[in-house]
Order: sequence, then C-alpha cells, then structure tokens
Amino acid sequence: MSILVNKNTKLLVQGITGRDGGFHTQKMIDYGTNVVGGVSPGKGGQEVHGVPVFNTVADAVKKTGANTSIIFVPAAYAADAALEASEAGVGLVIIISEGVPTLDMVRITPYLKKNGTKLIGANCPGLMSPGEALVGILPVSIFKKGNIGLMSRSGTLTYEMVYQLTSSGLGQSTCVGIGGDPVAGLYYEELLQMFQDDPDTHAIVLMGEIGGDAEERAAEYIRKHVTKPVVSFIAGQTAPPGKRMGHAGAIISSGTGTAAEKIAAFESAGVQVAKQPSEIPGMLKKLLNL
Amino acid sequence: MKIHEYQAKEILARYEIPVTKEVLCYTVAEVKAAAEKLGYPCVVKAQVLTGGRGKAGGVKLARTLADATSAAEAILGMDIKGFKVEKVLVAQGVSFVNEIYAGLTIDRNTKSVVFMASREGGVEIEEVAKDNPDAILKFAIDPDLGITPFVARKIAYALFDDSKLANQAVVMFQKLYQVFIDTDASLVEINPLVITSDGNLLALDGKMTFDDNALFRQPEILALNEPDEDEIKELYAKDKGLSYIRLDGNIGCMVNGAGLAMATMDMIKLYGGEPANFLDIGGSSNPQKVVDAMNLILSDKNVKVVMINIFGGITRCDDVAKGLISALEQIKVKIPIVIRLSGTNSKEGLEILKNANLPIVETMSEAAQMAISLA
Repeated sequence: MSILVNKNTKLLVQGITGRDGGFHTQKMIDYGTNVVGGVSPGKGGQEVHGVPVFNTVADAVKKTGANTSIIFVPAAYAADAALEASEAGVGLVIIISEGVPTLDMVRITPYLKKNGTKLIGANCPGLMSPGEALVGILPVSIFKKGNIGLMSRSGTLTYEMVYQLTSSGLGQSTCVGIGGDPVAGLYYEELLQMFQDDPDTHAIVLMGEIGGDAEERAAEYIRKHVTKPVVSFIAGQTAPPGKRMGHAGAIISSGTGTAAEKIAAFESAGVQVAKQPSEIPGMLKKLLNL
Repeated sequence: MKIHEYQAKEILARYEIPVTKEVLCYTVAEVKAAAEKLGYPCVVKAQVLTGGRGKAGGVKLARTLADATSAAEAILGMDIKGFKVEKVLVAQGVSFVNEIYAGLTIDRNTKSVVFMASREGGVEIEEVAKDNPDAILKFAIDPDLGITPFVARKIAYALFDDSKLANQAVVMFQKLYQVFIDTDASLVEINPLVITSDGNLLALDGKMTFDDNALFRQPEILALNEPDEDEIKELYAKDKGLSYIRLDGNIGCMVNGAGLAMATMDMIKLYGGEPANFLDIGGSSNPQKVVDAMNLILSDKNVKVVMINIFGGITRCDDVAKGLISALEQIKVKIPIVIRLSGTNSKEGLEILKNANLPIVETMSEAAQMAISLA
C-alpha cells in the first residue's frame, strides 16, 4: 500500500513531446510506472518512447483509461492543462511546471474541486511510492520501499531527507513534493489524513518551510486527527524577512510564518522538530522502537 | 515586484479611484514649485521601495513654503533602510475625520483573493493585526463570481455606518478588485483610505506589489520595475538560471535547490556562523553555472570562505564533480572552498574531487563546521 500513486496508476504525460516531458517519461517508464499515453496538441498519432501521443486529454483518456496526469507544459499554459485533465475525468493531476501565475492557480481551484480532481503542485518534483510508481522527477536510486510517509515543500531537501532515511535503513511508503508556491494543490492536512489511513505508513516526516501558516495548521490537524508519530524539520530558520528564497512560498511578511512560531506549534502538538535533517532517522527509530 | 506609491496611485486613478492631488519631484526647486501650486498644507513624502517611511522621517507636513523647502532638503538624499531617496511626492494636505484600511492579497488557505478591511487604518495597522486581529475583517472572494455588488456591500457596511460612504465604497471596492485581477497583483493596499471632512472617500496612500510569475503577461507593469543594487544582482543571477539573495555574513553558499539552500544557511547559523548569501544553482551540472555562481559569490567582498553543498538527485554527483573542477580551473579562487557532495553516484564524484585535491566532506553539518573554522 501507499498513497495516491501505485501499481494501478495509469499515467498520462501532458507536454510529452517537450524536452523535460520526454526525458522524464523515459525515467518513469524505466522505473516501471504504467505510462499509458501523452498529450501534445498537433502531435496526435506520434509516439514518444513507445507511448502513443494524443491531441487532447479527452481523446487520451477515452483510448487509454488514464486516471492520473503529470503536466510538463510551459508555466503560462499549465493551469489550462490541469483544467483539461480535470474536465476529462482524470482524478489526480500533478503540475511540475515552475513559474505558474498565482491567479491562474486561484482560478482553477474551484473547478478541480467541483470535479473531485486532486491536484499536486505546481512547482513541485511530483511524488513516488517506492516499488510501485514514480510520478515525477525524483531520483529513484535513493529511495527504498518501506513504511515512512514523507511530504515536503522543497525538491532537493526532500531528496536529502530520503537519502538519509534510506541510508539508515528506513524505507518509504510514499514521498510527496507538494511544491513551494503560495497557492498549491494538496497540502499537509489532506496528506496527513491519507498517511494516517494508509496501513503501510507507520510514521510521517513533514519537511516544512518558513512563510504562511500551513505548518501551524498542520500542527493543529495532527493534534486532532493523527495518531501516528510525526517528525518535522523547518527550512529557512535564518532567512531574512521579506525576501523570496527561490520558493514563492518562502517569504516571511509582517511577523507571521517565522520558523520559531512553526516549531512552537509543532512541539505543542507533540511533533518532534529536528534542528537538522540528519537527526530525523534517529528520532523515527526511537518513536518506532526500531 | 514592487512599485512606488506614486505609481500605484496612478494605476488606482486610472480605475477612477479618488486619490490625493500630487506632484512627483526630484529636486528642492521642483518641490517648492509643486507646494506653491498645490497650496498649504501639503505633505512631502519619500518615494522608496520599502515600508516604514513615516517612522524614518521620510514623510513631513508643510504649512509654508519654508516648511516645504526644509522638508525637501531633509528628505531628498535621505537613507531609509538602505534605500536612498531620489524622489519625493508632494501631495495636497487633506483634512479627514477617519482612517480606514482596505487591502487585497492572496490567501493560501482559502486559495483565493482575500479582501482585508479595518476601521482602524493608518500607520499602526501591523500592530492592529498582531494585537487585535479581530479588528481586521477578511472576505475571501470566489474567483468564479468575483467581487459582486453584494460582496462589496458586505464589506462596505462592515466599515461604514453612513450609507453615502458605503455606496461610494461599494463602487471603489469593486474597482480595487478589478485592479488586482487585471494587473496580476499580489498585494493592493490603500492605507489609509480616509473619510474627508466633507464626507468623501479618498486614497491618501497606495501600495501595490505584483506576482513575479505573471510579469511575462504584464508588460506595462514590468516597465515600472526599478531594481535596486541588490536586486540588480538578483536579476543578473536569475538571467543566468540562478537564484541569489545577498545577506550580511561571510560564508558564501552555493547549493542546488531552494529548500536545501535554506537548510544550508540554517546549518551555518546553527553552528555559530553567518551565511553571506542564499544561492540556488538549480538542478544542473553545467560548469558555466558554477562559474557564474562563483563569480557572484566572490563579488561580495565580505566572503571569506565558500561552502558548496550539492545533493545529486537527477543530476549525478560525478557530473557535478566534473563541472566543479572545470569551473574552478576557469576562475582562480583565492579563498578556501569546502565541498559537500552526496546522493546519486556520490562515491564516483568524491573520488574525482579527491584526485583534484579539493577539500570534501560527506555531511552538511561537517561542511558547515569546517566552513566556519575557515571563515
């Protein structure tokens, strides 16, 4: 078991004929992900790495039964691509594209919600259930199948964390990069619930970041609904206020969203907060009596 | 992206939102002429891309020509939080009975535009937000419906007891939302929005910032961009595919990934050091990027040591190592470098660096401690 993606995932790649789309399609196929089709307007009928390409998502879904779509199209078109997937009945959409205008994300959110489409991203590395499926651009070699669920707002910091988990013998059920933008799809609360409900996830790692109050809300959610052990790390503890640190989300404004506030919120909800990522495997082993 | 008050008010005025009569001036002579034309009292206001002008003495009331002259002399050239004042706005003095706060921004939780409004507007709004958050009303705007008249009425009647003012506000708030949407703003704020002594609404100040991700479709907004010295560096970096922010410490950092770059800075601080910058070189092993990044770091004379922290994910560590060596051959770096390389193919990568006699460590904490000892 795992969350969101697994052996039953039938994946569509929107923007499959682009450089990144093509490259990562191959990587996902190599890992064993069931990539059933690609979409690229005007390129319908072609094949990329043996995968049939369609002009529209509706066509692709009809012919392949795809249930998940990953989006690599340029940022200006990414929101529309997500709407197209949702309209065609795709249940899970992942936007990898970086630089999507915030108001585009605001505009598509109600439609996706109405259609029951789950969204991850934008500006994220995607997600992976080791041994089941890779739906994203994560480096597969550092992962190991196991029982730790991980969610993170950052890319390489996720990899850093996974590497340390794997090196300490702790495998992962699913790792989700939720993205660093101000308005994003699935967030901590939804994912916490999914990990809580997944029998193969025994403990949860939440890699937070400064800015906003998502971590504070997650802490509140954990207090009320999560019985599995959760450990956390907050990146950007020393970032200066008002500066955008690569992630649009990682900006502290008017005294909210500081690392100190987030750490305090987690600790009061019984979540251990590591001073550095390398402490996390040890914390997990203790909590899980390993 | 930020713009000046006078530019924000020009945009508001285009949407027929009433703003103060005002003149932008670059010299004392221009301020004198503007004051004489607008009459007294008038207000001389520094135009800088930072907040807290009033508290820094960058806003002065002038009741006479002599006042205006001395205000202009004091403010022009003044330094406010590292920003030099090169222009001032001379605005007609307004007598008012009350100050309101009205602002729009993006709310991450409701994933919508949120209208914020308070009867307690003015310079202390941040204290109000902290000490008495209930005094700031928040209205999430449905993106499909926009700000319909009834939503605008809800906000207006929460702010005004007088129907005449509420009616003016309904029109104004709908326009304010339109400004936000049309310009891809991330913040539109009128603080204070005053009730003048003759019973009308008037924007005494205006602040707008914009979503950097949307600038590609906002050429008119982009044309207003006035990057300061640090931002010019940041833009140079962006152009090279890097994300750079200068800080005040002496340990230069080069990292792949924004989150890891932040964690690296945290690690340096944790062990008692001070990072000189945030620098994300993205996910590529291209030697040119390393060269550009190194040049950027070294352009900061405070830097005493460079800490390179690379996690090989998609990019393999052996490729990164080759890139580093080729980059370091191109530029002679006279200060010590500490390299931490981990992840995919890290064994091969470390071997390559070892053969080139570069100081390498395996963990982030070792790298931070070594960098601090060398700084």
